Order: sequence, then structure tokens, then C-alpha cells
Amino acid sequence: MPEGSRGLLLAGVGGQGVILASMIVADALMRAGHDVKQSEVHGMAQRGGSVFSHIRWGERVDSPLVPLGSAEVLAAFEWAEAVRWVEYVRDGGAVVADIRTIVPPGACTDRRSWLRRYPGIDGELFDSRHLKTRLIDATATATDLGNVRAANSVILGTVAAFIDIDDVHWEAAIADLVPAGTEKINLAAFRAGRQVAEARVPDAAQDPDGFSGPHEIEIRHDWCKGCDICSRVCPEYCLAVDVDGKLTIVDPEACTGCRLCEILCPDFAIDIHAPRELAVVGTNTTNESSA
Amino acid sequence: MITAPTASKADEVTRVLMSGNEAVARGAVEAGVLVAVGYPGTPSTEILESIANRDDIDVRWSPNEKVALDVGLGASLGGVRALVTMKHVGLNVAADTFMTAAYTGVGAGLVVISADDPGMHSSQNEQDNRAYARMAAVPLLEPSDSAEAKAYTALAFEISETFDTPVLVRTTTRVSHNRGLVELAERLDRPVLGFTKNPAKYVMIPGNARRRRPVVLKRLDDMRDYVEESPLTEAFGSGTDFGVITSGIAHHYVREVLPDARILKLGMSYPLPMERIRRFADSVDRLFVVEELDPYVENDLRAAGIDVEGKSLFPQIGELSPDVVRAGFAEAGLVSKGIPIVAAPSTVTRPPLMCPGCPHTPPFLALKRLGAVVTGDIGCYTLAALEPLSSMDTCVAMGSSIGMAVGMAASGGADGPVVATIGDSTFLHSGVAALADAVYAHANITVLILDNGTTAMTGGQEHPGTGVTLQGTAATPVDLVAMCTAVGVKDVKVIDPYDLAATYGALGDAISHAGPSVVITNRPCVEAPMKVRDTPFTVLAEACTACQACMTPGCPSIVWSDELFEGRRKVVIDPITCTGCTLCVQLCPPRAIVLVNTAEVSHA
Repeated sequence: MPEGSRGLLLAGVGGQGVILASMIVADALMRAGHDVKQSEVHGMAQRGGSVFSHIRWGERVDSPLVPLGSAEVLAAFEWAEAVRWVEYVRDGGAVVADIRTIVPPGACTDRRSWLRRYPGIDGELFDSRHLKTRLIDATATATDLGNVRAANSVILGTVAAFIDIDDVHWEAAIADLVPAGTEKINLAAFRAGRQVAEARVPDAAQDPDGFSGPHEIEIRHDWCKGCDICSRVCPEYCLAVDVDGKLTIVDPEACTGCRLCEILCPDFAIDIHAPRELAVVGTNTTNESSA
Repeated sequence: MITAPTASKADEVTRVLMSGNEAVARGAVEAGVLVAVGYPGTPSTEILESIANRDDIDVRWSPNEKVALDVGLGASLGGVRALVTMKHVGLNVAADTFMTAAYTGVGAGLVVISADDPGMHSSQNEQDNRAYARMAAVPLLEPSDSAEAKAYTALAFEISETFDTPVLVRTTTRVSHNRGLVELAERLDRPVLGFTKNPAKYVMIPGNARRRRPVVLKRLDDMRDYVEESPLTEAFGSGTDFGVITSGIAHHYVREVLPDARILKLGMSYPLPMERIRRFADSVDRLFVVEELDPYVENDLRAAGIDVEGKSLFPQIGELSPDVVRAGFAEAGLVSKGIPIVAAPSTVTRPPLMCPGCPHTPPFLALKRLGAVVTGDIGCYTLAALEPLSSMDTCVAMGSSIGMAVGMAASGGADGPVVATIGDSTFLHSGVAALADAVYAHANITVLILDNGTTAMTGGQEHPGTGVTLQGTAATPVDLVAMCTAVGVKDVKVIDPYDLAATYGALGDAISHAGPSVVITNRPCVEAPMKVRDTPFTVLAEACTACQACMTPGCPSIVWSDELFEGRRKVVIDPITCTGCTLCVQLCPPRAIVLVNTAEVSHA
């Protein structure tokens, strides 16, 4: 147990209710007679970004920020956020992580490998640091109780096992701070979180085979009238019509072969050739990722 | 309407958890403030919001920070205590009034809050606004937590009246957005003192201003005497090996790392208690200054011939933290480096995004296709600079978009049509004068006013265009079309940004128009003032050709599924977050995106 003030970190994604949950934790600790400081950052982070809140408590708290490697508990409302903030937890501390995954669109942009850049759920990921990892499915538990929005209270119930204050303070804080009319369901969710079962981690999906090389875009210029439909629909911004109305390929490497331009061209002026055919038609593009 | 408050009842709860912002407001409440005014800006916004429901205080948003300070100064000269709130860059806007308000002095107490954002969590720069105190010769207070935020704000009104000066209170993100315990006191009953005409003091024509300038400097000397004895300067710890001078949040980081260290904490950091600092320096072998951002105190100490270590150990860039302060003291040889930290496993980056259904998204998709050079502005739409929209080329300061577009067009150097994009709140903040300039210069630009009916980035605040005040009363809304027309723009169009074809068409027309044109979008923000949630859409997997057209706007509700089509990932829509805006539907060539309830019917 570290000396002096103790720390807890809550982390999630903008819109998940991290700030309200951290206000409940801080309020419960205050009711238990502790000095408390709780620090968060909001503003831009609300827009789907990573949201975190530091809580420190003890007889007298100085820094509102938890020093790295010193938190008793990390409460993560989302798996990737558990991975992001785990370095704040002390060796032997606890990670309570919801197995909920919120994949940001930025993780779905690699149109070569078609791999999602998102860490796989792994209950043993933090074992080397001797962390007590509790994976829970708070959404399922809250849904069973009748309101998916009480999921955060389920997480707090699991977190409560690692913080030495009486349940009466937790329940008073929850009743006081959750939206009016939801006190009962949130208290039930908190109690359920106290004894929630370890979540079953879903099997990882098969990875796709990956990129087989850019497709070749063939333009029949004598059929093209420069109407601009193809360049407006291309998801990869491969095509452009120049000031003279001539269609040009500005980014040949980016073509994924979706064929929108070919299908939508009213003049049948575009043909898309799969990479396999490249050797036949001849091209100076190289296939870097097939090696 | 300002009314004198009646004696307030004793609060039942006296010790509560409050954010630094709430505590600043509470300090003003207890000091008997009657006018509180500001412009929203992270991390200052919640100060005014936390007292908006009080009927004994006139709490209001101004269109910009300069107007806010003018309102505050006017109220002060009218004889009521006034609080003016803004973020650090807001004081740049208000600086014109701020500098000369130091000359006029106050009627009743006038306190200006500057909420700085070290680390730029939500700002375009991390300027250290303590420099403004020196430049204007006004006193500067730096609270370090919620309890001090309340106490210092209340005290600032006393200082303001004692020395006849505005007072600057500087908070930082970790004070503004930190909750801590605060003890409440009763609200002072302050009468309206009334305005006393005094042109020599309040009319700053050169002849009068010349006579006020020595008064300002004399006042600074008086404040130096005050701060030497003030309880705002506090001593902690013991020992003669070394001593640390701190201010603001840095104080708590130092106490965290060196709990018993000798510390001189500066609650008032301009003017400095130099004699007290000199005695402190003489009593220790090594002297450190730990302050966030600039070497502000450090440089003053050096100028006074005091040997000190500061920015050589503690960074000038970004926020401090217990870890950063520990690293500095470890380099100085005073503490161990601390426990080695095992780096976290790699995870996905999660930058902020335009919300699902954001009405700002479609116009930027169109601007990208149109190859526009886009001068941007400050607001949610600045996120259009990020992938996959990548369609904003500049973002500098509130209202900069239009003037920069005028200049960009004048340069002849843009390789596409020049479009300025600006939100409704930002346009009313500081875009109107620039639009007049665009007309005056007959600039060949298009101004896209993204009118979502709120100040969205800071959480949805009212402004003069919304027709509602901060305290919930009705107001006459500014008519943006009439305003643009009155300024002299001939080509003004209003479009529904959810209609992608109309948006493309209107922007295409506008950029082909010679001279300035204005396109105004008219969809409300999906988050404020009320959440817009229409029936969500879903993807018919069997119809999806994985073309990725729906991925081009970067909607957070659309992600890859596990299914493939010709080696590409198909997509799925999260029905919880989808707002039903239809943008992806309009982009989907195979018409694979349908309303959730239609999909259920077709699968029944």
C-alpha cells in the first residue's frame, strides 16, 4: 500500500459517463471522511475522444493527479482505454475493465491490410505486472437488470471491492448524483457489480487476407466527357478532372477495386483490373505488401 | 436587471465538493457579485453556468470576451461588483479594454478570471497569461485548488476596491476542472453604489490618461507593500538545504514529491513579495522555482539578483504533474527517480471526432471534393482538419477564417477556390467585421457559416443568435442572412447540410461567383440544446459491396464488420449512436443502408 494519498483512475470514451461516475466515487470518498480531489479534462475530449478522470483520497490530498504507477485501481469503461491507462496502476493493483469495445473510425482506415488497429481483449495482458484484472460485461448485467444505462454503476460495484469504504457511502453518493428516477436501477446495478461474474471474452474474428496490390484503373479517354461523376464518388480520392475537363489518375496506388467509378460511369470509359491481371497489362506499380 | 440581493439564508451543507470553476463562481457569489459575464471557453465555461440559475445575480454570455469585459467594467463603474470570465486566449480579445481599465480603475470590485490551458487540452496555444498582469500593472492571484479558488476570488474583490484596480485571477485546467472540498460561507449583501461621474478618471483621452499613468505605477508600489504582509504568501516545511517557490497547481505537485520541503507559496504572483522572497532565498542553500509554463517568477528573481534554479529542471512546455516535478528534482539530486514505469501495451489512438450526425460534416466532404483552400476557425468544425475529412488548411484564432481568406485570395497563391468556414457563435464573436472587409475588398471568397444554433465546442452555450439568454429568458436573435446582406454580400444562400446534393450544388455555385459569397447551413447541433435522435440506420450485409464510400465522412457510428467482400471490409452501423442523419445513405451506391425498422421488416 503506498504511503499518503491513494489514487484511482477512471477511463472511457466521450459520452460514456466517465465524469459522472468519477463524481460519484469522489462523493463516496468524501462521505467516508476522506479529503478528496478529482481532476478531469473535458472540452475537445468529449467528441468521441479518450476521457479520463483522476481521483485521489486520504487524510490530506495534494496533487489531484495520480502519479504514474501508483493507482490502486483503474476502472476502464472500454477495453482499449484499459490498455491505454494501465501504466498508472501500481504493481499488484487492480484493473476493472468492461469488455465493451468502442472501435474508433480511425482504427478502420488501413485499406491495405484491412486490419482493425484495436487491441484484442486479453485477461492475461497485465499478468506480468501482477495486476488483479477483473473483466466484466457491465452492459449485459445492466441490460439484464432492465436498463443498459446503469452499466456504469455495475462497474462502480466491482471497483468498490478494491476501495476500503463502507457501502453506505457508495449508495448515498449514487442515490444523490444519478439522474432523478434512476436511483433504484443504479443501486441495483451497483449491488450486482459487487458480485458480477467474470466476463466470457468473445473469440477473436478471423483476420482478412489483406491487400493484394492496387487495382489498375484504365481510362478510355476518347469515351470520357469529363462529367466528374467518377472522381466525386471515389472513396480513395484516386481520380480528378483537371481544368481542361480531362480525367486523370492522381493516386493510382490507393485503388482498392471497389469499382464504383466503373459501375457509375455513364460512358463506360473506365475499367478496373484486379492486381492479378497487372502482370498481363503491365504497370510500373509494385506490390509491396504481398511479399 | 440588477436587483440588490436580500440577506441570504445560511446554507445547510457547509463542506461540499466543488470544481475550481464552481468555486470561483461561489467566491463571487459570497462576495456579493451582482453582474457575472463572459464568453465560453475551455476550461472557464462552467464558472458562469454554475450560477446561471441564481435570480440575485445578472449572469450572461457576451458575444466575445472584449464585450464581456466592457460589460463588467461598465457594471463596476455603475457601482456593483462584477465578475468577468474567459479562457486564456479570450484575454487577448479583451486585452484592449483590460490595459486601459487598469487606468480607469473600478467603481465596485472588478475581477477578471483567465483560465489558462497548459498542455493545450482544448486550445490553439498555451500562452501564460500571468504576463498580462505585468503588462497592465494589475494584481495577479493564482489559486491552487478549489478551496483557494473560492477564497481568492472573494478576496480579489476586496483587493480590487482597496487599490482601485481590476484584479486578474489566473487558474489552469488542473484547478478549473479539479474537484475538491470547499467550505461555504454566506453571501455578502452589497448595495448598488451608483455611478459617480469622474471624467478625469473614466474618460481616457490623452490628457486624462497621462495623469492616470503615474497613479497606476504608484498603485503598484502600494500593492508591493501589501503583498509583503499578505496572508496570500504562505510558508511551509522546514530545513535550510533548499527551498522551493511555488504558485498555483505546481505547489501541490511539489508537496506531493517533497512533503516536508521548505516552500514559499505565492498566492499573489504579481507584484511579487520581493523582500519576503529575498529573506527566504537567504535562508536556504539552494533555491528552486516550480511554475507551470513560462519562467515568469524565475525571471523576476534573476532580475532582482537572486540565484535560482527553475526552467533548467522543469519544462516550459505543457502541464506539470507529480511525475514531471519528480523528474526535475531527481535531476537536481534531491529525490530518487521513482519507480520505473512499465510502458502500457500499444493501443488504438482515439482523437476527438465530429459527432455522428454532425451537420458540419457534409459541407467539408463537399469542400474536399471541390478542392477548396479552406481557412478554418475555432469550433467543433476544426476537427474537419483531421482524417478522413482532411479539409481544413488553417486554424489560428477566433474569427480569423474570414480575414485570412481575404488575404489568401489577395495573394493569388491558392491553387483552388478560397473558402472561409466559421461557426455561428464564432461569426458573432469576431467574424462580422471581417465579412465587412471581404465586401469592402471585393474579395473572391466564399464564407461558409456553419450555423448549428449553439456554441457547440464548449458544450452548447447560448449566444446572440440563439434567441435565448444564459439565464433562460427570451432574446431577439440576430438574423444572420439579414446581417450578411446588410454588410453588402449580394450572394447569400441558406442550405440544409443534410442534403448532400444541395450542399455540393450551393458551394459549387458560390465558389464560381465573383466577389464574396455566403453559404449558411441551418441544421441544429445534434447534442445541444437538445439531443437529435432520429430512427437509426443499419447496413444490409448482403447488399454491402465494401466500397468504403460511407467511410469518407469519418462518422464514428460506422466501423468495419468481420465480413468481407472481394477482400475488403464491409461496414456496420452502431444503432445506439446513429442519429439517423442520412448522410451515409446518400453516399451508399448499392443502397445497402436502410432504416433499422425497415431492415427488421425485410428480414421478418
